[in-house]
Amino acid sequence: MAEREQIKKSAPPRKDGGGEGGQAQVSAKGDELKAELDDLLDEIDEVLETNAEDFVKSYIQKGGQ
Amino acid sequence: MGIETEYGIMIRGSADWNPVSASSLLINAYLGAGGSGAVNDRSTAIAWDFVDETPGADAREYLPPEFAMPPEVETHLVNAVLTNGARYYVDHAHPEISTPECADALSIVRWDRAAELIGVQSMAAANEVLPEGQEMILYKDNSDRKGNAYGTHENYLLDRNLPFGQIVTGATWHFVSRQIFTGSGKVGSELPGVSIRDIPYQLTQRAEHFEEEVGLETTLKRPIVNTRDEPHADSQRYRRLHVIVGDANMSQTATFLKVGTSQMVFAMIEDGAMDLEREFEDPVTALHRVSHDLTLRAPLQLHGGNTITALEIQYDLLEQAEKYTAQRGFDNVGGEEVGKQILSTWGEVLAGLESDPESVAHMVDWVAKRRILNGFRERHDCQWDDSRLRALDLQYHDMRPTKCLANKAGLQKLVSDEDAAWAMTNPPEDTRAYFRGRCLEKFGEHVVAANWDSIVFDVGDDPLRRVPMMEPTRGTAAHVGTLLDESDSVAQLLEKLGG
Repeated sequence: MAEREQIKKSAPPRKDGGGEGGQAQVSAKGDELKAELDDLLDEIDEVLETNAEDFVKSYIQKGGQ
Repeated sequence: MGIETEYGIMIRGSADWNPVSASSLLINAYLGAGGSGAVNDRSTAIAWDFVDETPGADAREYLPPEFAMPPEVETHLVNAVLTNGARYYVDHAHPEISTPECADALSIVRWDRAAELIGVQSMAAANEVLPEGQEMILYKDNSDRKGNAYGTHENYLLDRNLPFGQIVTGATWHFVSRQIFTGSGKVGSELPGVSIRDIPYQLTQRAEHFEEEVGLETTLKRPIVNTRDEPHADSQRYRRLHVIVGDANMSQTATFLKVGTSQMVFAMIEDGAMDLEREFEDPVTALHRVSHDLTLRAPLQLHGGNTITALEIQYDLLEQAEKYTAQRGFDNVGGEEVGKQILSTWGEVLAGLESDPESVAHMVDWVAKRRILNGFRERHDCQWDDSRLRALDLQYHDMRPTKCLANKAGLQKLVSDEDAAWAMTNPPEDTRAYFRGRCLEKFGEHVVAANWDSIVFDVGDDPLRRVPMMEPTRGTAAHVGTLLDESDSVAQLLEKLGG
């Protein structure tokens, strides 16, 4: 449950000011994610369904609840 | 509390597969492979017991005659109970997994992730028996983007004495506005006459499939607040609020917040601590508007002429919840540790959505998915009507671990896969699911049938014995753990229970 601890420590930045540290942590996390986006897109190019159009057309479900 | 998820299903490489038989094959393959131990010595799945099912019961005292159509219950399809207390069955041409009853939002995340892993294991087992060249695939989503929707339902146990009108007002207020962090994202619109140029992308998959404010239906003219009054518990004390308006989430944080914030809201309504003064002029229009508004700042029309935004509503609810828990503690919202985690995550996500939604791409599905879509559009210089974007949208929800784009999106995990894997075969310890799961695990060969509020045992010569479990907070490890440990036979167990 290390992740839970981590979440609690990065206290919530609120609209009513305060918690600038939290804000910085949030955007640092955002930057980190942006840096990962290129790798992610490389990977997606490899795993994305080939013949997307047929795939999308063939995905038909019966309505449920 | 619990979540029921209907998964999208398809068999690749087969021209004439049928969703009902595919769903049956999937579940039977899992049970046959010994997946969750919910198979007794006679090698048949332990059946679901329908004796107490009344999905046609309506929570409204006055029932408009045009709504008096009870939903159909399909009793003949595959329907199994698992040792983790969950139900795994075929519902409306979809495989559906209902988590066991959980006492807090973090447990929900854990058993919901366990349900995903059960789905993954089921796909593998099904592919073993499918002919060469065919592949079973599950999608944890809510729509085929062609107008057909299927549900991810949440269930909350509420005080029977609470006037239903208050629930409707408070729940609608939250369900419309919570979409800003519960949405899973969808490319395009499914509304008739709305093109992809009008709505290239929206927050949720489900909103457009809702046409009514309140009602009993779940498959047609779906209502924001569903009135199915089937408590699966002591109906004098409890009602179960059956929530059908949410999206299936890939992000654990989104699932955590969807359930955690709703639990807070219902606790506040029960304790008369929620402001129920304001109401939307037209809740269905507001629901659609929030889903279509990527700025999160669209004004929503209120009764009496004022407007408010979804973000403002959620900030206000958070503030009310902070006051409420400061005064009354966290007993009604899953305990102090999880309750505080709900509040802090709620605040963190709202602040992120307000300042820069991209900053919560690791927590909110519609943001995570949009980030991938925008990255792809930029890299390949394509427009929103490019079918690769629709493929990407679907593949975000693909349950095959190597194909699942959500798996690769950097989403924050609240529960480790080890903890979730344990929960595939073990029940939560703090609800009656513990008794159900342990009985199936230990005395499975004597369990004839089970459902949410009872288990039927076959003890040999005597008539079948039904053990009622009408109180969801009893049957926990604290109540019956020792008793189960010390019983060597089902006869002993029943004797101790009766004594």
